[in-house]
Amino acid sequence: MSEIVLELRGITKSFGNFKANDNINITLHKGEILALLGENGAGKTTLMNVLYGLYKPDQGEIYINGQKVNIQSPLDAINAGIGMVHQHFMLIPVFTVTENVMLGNEQVKYLDVLDRADTATRIRKLSDAYKLQINPDALVGDLSVGLQQRIEIIKLLYRDADILIMDEPSAVLTPKEVGELFLTVRSLVEEGKSIIFITHKLREVMEISNRICVIRAGKVVGEALTKDADVNRLAALMVGRPVDMNLTKSPLRAGKKVLEVENVSILGRQQKAEVNRVSFDVREGEIFGIAGVQGNGQTELVRALVGLIHPIEGRIKLLGEDITKASPRRITELGTAHIPEDRQADGLVLQSEVSDNLILNRYYLPPFAKKHLIQTNAINQNAAKLVESYDIRPRNPHVPVAKLSGGNQQKVIIARELSRPIKLVIAAQPTRGLDVGSIEYTQKRLLQLRDEGCAVLLVSTELDEIMQLSDRVGVMYRGSVIAIHNTSEIVKEDVGLLMAGVDLTNPQKVLTSQQLVDKSV
Amino acid sequence: MEKETNSNNIQSIIFLKNKRLGALFIILALVMVVLFTQNLDAITQTTLNLTHASSSIMTNDLVLNSRQTIIVIAVIIGLAGIYQLIIGFRSKFTLVLGIVFLLFTFGFIVWSVSGSSINITGLLSVMVVRSIPLIIGAMAGILSERSGVVNIAIEGMMLSAAFTASVVASLTNLWVGLLVGILTGGLIAWIHATMCVKYKANNVISGTIINLFAIGITSYFSEKYIQSLDYAYLNNPGFFFPFEIPLFSKIPVIGPVFFNQNIFAYLMYILVIVLNFAIFQTKWGLRLRSVGEHPKAADTLGIKVNRTRTRAVILSGLIAGLGGSFFSIGSIGSFNEQMTAGRGFIALAAMIFGKWNPINAAGGGLLFGFAESISLKLAIFDVAIPSKILAMLPYVITIIVLGGVVGRNIGPAAGGQPYETESK
Amino acid sequence: MKKNFSMKSANNAIKIFFEEYSKTSSFYILAAIVLGFLFGAVLIILTTDAVYAGFRNSFWEGIQVSFRTMGKTLESIFVGAFGEPKRIISAFQNGDPQTIRIAINPFFESLTVSTPYIITALALTLAFRSGFLNIGAEGQVFMGGIAAVWVGFSTHSLPSIIHVPLTTFSGMLAGALWGAFPGWLKAKTGAHEVITGIMMNYIAVLFVDYMASGPLRDPAVFTPQTPPISEHAQFFRFFEPPIRFHIGFFIAIAMVPIVNFFLFKTIWGFELRQAGLNPQGAKNAGMNTTKLTIMSLALSGALAGLAGANEIQGISYFMNSLNFTSGYGRNAISLALIGGLQPVGAMIAALFFGFFTSASKFMSLRAGVPHHIIPVMQATIMFFIATPALIRTIFRVKKASSEETLITKVSI
Repeated sequence: MSEIVLELRGITKSFGNFKANDNINITLHKGEILALLGENGAGKTTLMNVLYGLYKPDQGEIYINGQKVNIQSPLDAINAGIGMVHQHFMLIPVFTVTENVMLGNEQVKYLDVLDRADTATRIRKLSDAYKLQINPDALVGDLSVGLQQRIEIIKLLYRDADILIMDEPSAVLTPKEVGELFLTVRSLVEEGKSIIFITHKLREVMEISNRICVIRAGKVVGEALTKDADVNRLAALMVGRPVDMNLTKSPLRAGKKVLEVENVSILGRQQKAEVNRVSFDVREGEIFGIAGVQGNGQTELVRALVGLIHPIEGRIKLLGEDITKASPRRITELGTAHIPEDRQADGLVLQSEVSDNLILNRYYLPPFAKKHLIQTNAINQNAAKLVESYDIRPRNPHVPVAKLSGGNQQKVIIARELSRPIKLVIAAQPTRGLDVGSIEYTQKRLLQLRDEGCAVLLVSTELDEIMQLSDRVGVMYRGSVIAIHNTSEIVKEDVGLLMAGVDLTNPQKVLTSQQLVDKSV
Repeated sequence: MEKETNSNNIQSIIFLKNKRLGALFIILALVMVVLFTQNLDAITQTTLNLTHASSSIMTNDLVLNSRQTIIVIAVIIGLAGIYQLIIGFRSKFTLVLGIVFLLFTFGFIVWSVSGSSINITGLLSVMVVRSIPLIIGAMAGILSERSGVVNIAIEGMMLSAAFTASVVASLTNLWVGLLVGILTGGLIAWIHATMCVKYKANNVISGTIINLFAIGITSYFSEKYIQSLDYAYLNNPGFFFPFEIPLFSKIPVIGPVFFNQNIFAYLMYILVIVLNFAIFQTKWGLRLRSVGEHPKAADTLGIKVNRTRTRAVILSGLIAGLGGSFFSIGSIGSFNEQMTAGRGFIALAAMIFGKWNPINAAGGGLLFGFAESISLKLAIFDVAIPSKILAMLPYVITIIVLGGVVGRNIGPAAGGQPYETESK
Repeated sequence: MKKNFSMKSANNAIKIFFEEYSKTSSFYILAAIVLGFLFGAVLIILTTDAVYAGFRNSFWEGIQVSFRTMGKTLESIFVGAFGEPKRIISAFQNGDPQTIRIAINPFFESLTVSTPYIITALALTLAFRSGFLNIGAEGQVFMGGIAAVWVGFSTHSLPSIIHVPLTTFSGMLAGALWGAFPGWLKAKTGAHEVITGIMMNYIAVLFVDYMASGPLRDPAVFTPQTPPISEHAQFFRFFEPPIRFHIGFFIAIAMVPIVNFFLFKTIWGFELRQAGLNPQGAKNAGMNTTKLTIMSLALSGALAGLAGANEIQGISYFMNSLNFTSGYGRNAISLALIGGLQPVGAMIAALFFGFFTSASKFMSLRAGVPHHIIPVMQATIMFFIATPALIRTIFRVKKASSEETLITKVSI
């Protein structure tokens, strides 16, 4: 083993009574890729935020190249040669690539005047050296997520970071982009950089890392060299119990069409077409999955389906009724349940009590309202019932929903949306950010709804989730649904290629916009 | 990665939205033809006097045939409307709207003073004077909002500065008064920064509190002291006189309008240019904008978000203090209760009009200054519109600007959101 | 030993009570009021010449004069707000009705002065709960006033039973329309209701000025002002002059439970409150946020218009640019916040403020303290309410989990 570049000793960090990190010890060797494996909420990100100076640890010490360092702020971390690619990119969309890279470490011509040209030259050099294909003058907001991630990497290289932390870097990428990322990561290691790779995806761990460190509930529960590791054992370590990775699915009994989408186009905020002549339908008793990398129009599509925005062309029909220009209320009343992507902003009123949140779309109907008056008793009874049957914790329905954990907040939404007769469920990223238990719960619930004859539209960026749950899958790329297949008739790898816009009949080519329009199904 | 526009039919739909404004232009043209030419015969003339009252250079008067001029302007506006309807001005749209507004106003003036004469340089000179506090206030607003702190307290900062500048200048001299006025703005801004940045108070509420406080405290001292005869000497500061800038002031029309002003106008020109450069070309400006757009990103790069914001707000207050001092020692030479009369808010409208860009906001400030000067000037003429209705003009235009005739302008992404450092 | 122990436990009990109480939002409001008054007292002392004269003599005398100044100010506030006890007693002993009325007038005058503040504070509470800072209430009061004047003097033939409510309702309608416009702008274009509201205030004042000196001018009077409203449109007054106490006060008090009921017991109130906390979430749940925005500001405007009509029908009867310098809308912002965004709280704050304002003229006369001290103290109180963390530092209490939401719970 080569020399140790980084050592974390006894890191402990609590938030209130909750111990996010409990006496964690980790070492990183030079030129090594260390995978930090753990499920959502295990404490991986907290640990890295401690290392990067964003959190102050309650206890513990950090050693770099054998020297004890005191990291109080990101600036200290940067000076110590640590760089971090955050899960949510720390880029400013209205700035150019050059401005984003230079920010905080600016080169000046004289006095305080920025030297953009020189920085741009350096960025070009770095971009060429690692084959990153970055144009320094581009506006970051116009770039794809994959390119944005490369800018994050360039930011670290520009600052001469030796220890690179990558927090869930593959979460937002297409499989093709993940491949390219891995190439970059390997070339970085060849240059002598050391990398901490945070993920909850076992497959990636096995592919990229040299060594694995498993974290569960704030503690290191296992360490192994990747070549000696066993996938099933890692999974059990990560979750803390043997996991059944396969959901059982009953055979498909699809009925009549519930949701019909015909040629729908939607303008986004910047007056840009975010959705481009999309057509598909969802039938009773099936789960229709929409796969795609974040930002390819799924958000806008869902917003149009639930009536929050209206398409500029095309038609949407629900149970035969035209709902293209219908209000969200009408669509809800027709029997649509919506599990929104951003559950805190769209799904809940955080400062309101759980009981109020549980009737947020039905407060005006009996028994909750009579003659326009709020019926407190009925609301409380409903809340008590749902808190019990959906296992929402804490059991007190009169706390503000903001005080609940992410999983329980999601349960509040599910309880509200599903505790009434429904025909269609629109679930957008329903498991994002949840722990394994909540993920299982949510996924099983969706399957159960399908078996009860509900039509389910599942929008997810998690390819595995789409492949496991859905009966048919539509792939969205740059606002178009470029392919629809029965899940049983397509392999995951091909869906991944489609997500990257690769034409399956001619894999060398990425689809252009005009082809996208032509290819629309 | 190439940036592509999507299929053509979607493009055409986008530009449909601006058809309404093409129609608006045509309606304006029709209004001019129908209303403004009604009581004019073919030979009525409007005389535009281009010699500034205090200027030594003489420029010939411009004599126009009222009806013909109005019809020519109406035709130009009408053509612009047709062009907008068929092809569209696209991104040049705001500029065109401004020009159409100016043309329409010009037509309105020609009509109002038909058969008589009006001093155009005088009108424009008053426009510059009136725009001084608006533009300086807009600069203060830009500085604060670019850093992510909404600053509706500019009104209060200006009012307090007007007061202290007046009192201190009365006791010492104008320059010390100016300095104290500037510092007063900075002090109040420090309170705003403390509330918004350190204590994470709602920016709008904090601004409202400061405005109320400023009205109360200045009126309190005003009533207690400077309104009583014993202390009248405290409110007699005099004011800065206009002076000509050699060479520049000799330019016809523009010279006397822009370069025969007092120190505040010249400071304003410098401020706009320097701020525009500083915000977009310097390290300081880059960091300022970064904390207003994405504070967390800035934080991860080692930029002290809250410190940057606090400093920006205080600097904003110093600038607002400069603008506020204008009211007393740059204009009338005394302090009156509530003398800012909402100019701080109009300054914010100018800022929004200029999309948080100093040069454009200065243009917005001139527009509002023009509206003020026209409502003052036309009040003298026997116009069909009463003076009290004309006095509403700046306020009405502010509402129109905010109402997004120029399109919904979106400010810095993190505006008004306190930033909680995660280092805990 | 035993005594010590009980002392300690008593101390503990106080401490525990203090700590528990300090977790409630009313603690923060009370603490803010105390600090605001302290600031006002310091300002008054610092601007009194006699205090400086006292300190020039000796430190002790300076302190004494300071306290005397404060005592005089407080006394003048009390007398101005409630009347002079000695005079009231002697008036009742005397038995002359006119003397009695003059003696007890300050108290009823305070109630009368409080009336519009109660209504506008409710208007602001309603708007705050819906997520809006209705700073335009000031202009809505003016528009309500001018509408009431117009309807009030236009006819003299209607019976009171029709003319009084008709006049009041027209004031409310004008206020509602004036409030709805910024609401509509906000909903349709996103223009911030605070800035448009302020602009609408200036326009309203100019408009009233224009109406009073133009179309609605009373030709019989030399100064530009409107004719007085018909006697049939005036509010009932309970006493002979000089007491102006009128039925408007009870209308204002009646609005408190009405607004409370509306906000917390009806589905519209539910919608407004949820949309006030998270407009995006409310929209997603099927609420029509455009309608809610307009409705909340229109209702708030209707209340503000009621305050304007109340002033016309109960007090001034006509309008010119001088007799109607309201300030009700501006002050109501702080009253609603000090009232903890609860209708009852708003009423208490408004009564408190009304008595204070009513006393301020007397205070100005007798103690030489300008009435502008009131906005200064108001601003100071709001300053502390808006920064609970500062109060925690001053009173050395621990952070409680719920109090942060005091003001930030509305998404303005």
